Amino acid sequence: MTIEVKNLVKKFGSFKALDGVDLKVDNGELLALLGPSGSGKTTLLRIIAGLDWPDAGDVSFNGEDALAQGARERHVGFVFQHYALFRHMTVFENVAFGLRVQPRAVRKDEATIRTRVKELLDLVQLDWLADRYPSQLSGGQRQRIALARALAIEPRILLLDEPFGALDAKVRKELRRWLRSLHHEINVTSIFVTHDQEEALEVANRVVVMDKGRIEQIGSPDDVYESPATAFVHGFIGESIELPIQVEGGVIRLGDRPLRLAADGLAPGASKLFVRRHDMLVGPPGSGAFEGAIRHVRNFGPVQRAEVALSGGETIEIDAPRDKELRAGDTIGLEPRRYRIFAGA
Amino acid sequence: MSALAARRRTLPGFGLTMGLTLSWLSVIILIPLAGLFLRSLELSPEQFWNILSSRRTLNALRVSFGLAFAAACVNLVMGSIIVWALVRYRFPGRRLFDAIVDVPFALPTAVAGVALTALFAEKGWLGGPLAALGIKVAFTPVGIFVAMIFIGIPFVVRTVQPVLQDLDPEIEEAAGSLGASRWQTIIRVILPSLAPALLTGLALAFARAVGEYGSVIFIAGNLPNISEIAPLLIVIRLSEFRYADATAIAVVMLVVSFVIIFAVNRLQRWAQSRIPER
Repeated sequence: MTIEVKNLVKKFGSFKALDGVDLKVDNGELLALLGPSGSGKTTLLRIIAGLDWPDAGDVSFNGEDALAQGARERHVGFVFQHYALFRHMTVFENVAFGLRVQPRAVRKDEATIRTRVKELLDLVQLDWLADRYPSQLSGGQRQRIALARALAIEPRILLLDEPFGALDAKVRKELRRWLRSLHHEINVTSIFVTHDQEEALEVANRVVVMDKGRIEQIGSPDDVYESPATAFVHGFIGESIELPIQVEGGVIRLGDRPLRLAADGLAPGASKLFVRRHDMLVGPPGSGAFEGAIRHVRNFGPVQRAEVALSGGETIEIDAPRDKELRAGDTIGLEPRRYRIFAGA
Repeated sequence: MSALAARRRTLPGFGLTMGLTLSWLSVIILIPLAGLFLRSLELSPEQFWNILSSRRTLNALRVSFGLAFAAACVNLVMGSIIVWALVRYRFPGRRLFDAIVDVPFALPTAVAGVALTALFAEKGWLGGPLAALGIKVAFTPVGIFVAMIFIGIPFVVRTVQPVLQDLDPEIEEAAGSLGASRWQTIIRVILPSLAPALLTGLALAFARAVGEYGSVIFIAGNLPNISEIAPLLIVIRLSEFRYADATAIAVVMLVVSFVIIFAVNRLQRWAQSRIPER
């Protein structure tokens, strides 16, 4: 099933949740909608599901107008952040719900329903919980049951709203991997919403980065990380050093200090320079584009993180390999191995 | 006990509060009820039976329990709809309507009785048009029914309201996206989730209506065998100094009410057991 969204606009009062969104999702894709809260990602997902309606724009599934149908007719599996399981029903009945409410003409007989539910519980590896109630399950188990319930109706599309948002870090990591292998197995077109970049980059085939109701960039996880299209994407994904600079007469200035960086092809005026923390290479004083004094150093897993006061006045954090000798108080030179400059303040 | 006391040290006052609870409940509830039973023991079983099987007593009990149950059922249905509107929709005046629900709680029952009687009397605002249709409300059992609905409604609304407020609208969206129609969502998802609260509301409204006196006697007309409620009959017997008769009727009311409340309670437990605590 392909999904096409055209020029979608949605307002809540004076707040523009979606401000002209265009998106095409290919058949069998696992797509992540990534953005900070208030970026419109959940609104977009709910409109695709038929739980919300846009003020303007089109949504089509396989070329046919989806907005003409309600949530009930769209055959879309939706997984909620807080599971939304029916707490008066057993796990088994929760999963069977979508099959039991089908119109009588197409409803399967009880034996078929039982077999199907059993298969789904096997798929999410929780067949041993069939007779429990949702309140007796852990968060991770509940979310897997919610997923099994959504899959029961053989959805054309699977939508997941912050599916792991309410879970603790360890369970979240397990479920991420599990979701990816599950998607590989069932191969249904899926979109999930997250504000966790690691989750988006690890799970999705393609990532849509959103901010303030607009799409900032669509690309593979490598694309959005390695070549961010906008200042927002660079700042949001990966840990970046962000410096306000001034481009003037072929020279880049940080505060009043000229930087030894090429300014070719840059528009004059206020701009922003972005460097990944681990792309700042440490050298002896006088080398590199920047100079600064180390404030303090902390060991941080495989790297050491140093806080450096640049001579321009800004304080930044850099990541360096553990074997590099850094001491608080030292003056060092810094050379960005790679950097990006985006015009505008 | 000492082990328990030692464990409870973080929250002191168990002995004191428990003692107060027991003595208070005894003085206020248990001793009066025991007195009632003791009083009725003064009657021989035969006398007891004669009082109860008299036509007037039976009719009074039938009127009280029958109409109270019917009124509680009406309150259950209408109360649920009112709760739904108050919780799920935002409309101007919502808070006012929400406050109005409490009026039957707060109003002295005699005042309510007088007001209802004036309203439904043959020359009243509602009684007039109804009389034209051939429906007589005031001074008939229908009047009792109306008064019982009036005093019972807040019990259903106030018991169900917090539960519906806690019910996440997401579960309705989930049901919808799984293909359930609106009606299926209500029957299969919402009502079962509310069932324990609905049953509690029903039981409370019923208990209140059975015991209601003040508002009913004004509108009932109080014709023996037709529109005479059991509590009124008790008062009449007392004023005739037939104390044994009065207590016998009271004991029966007590036992029947207790059995009904107990049954509803079991039913409610059963419904609740299917929704374990989160």
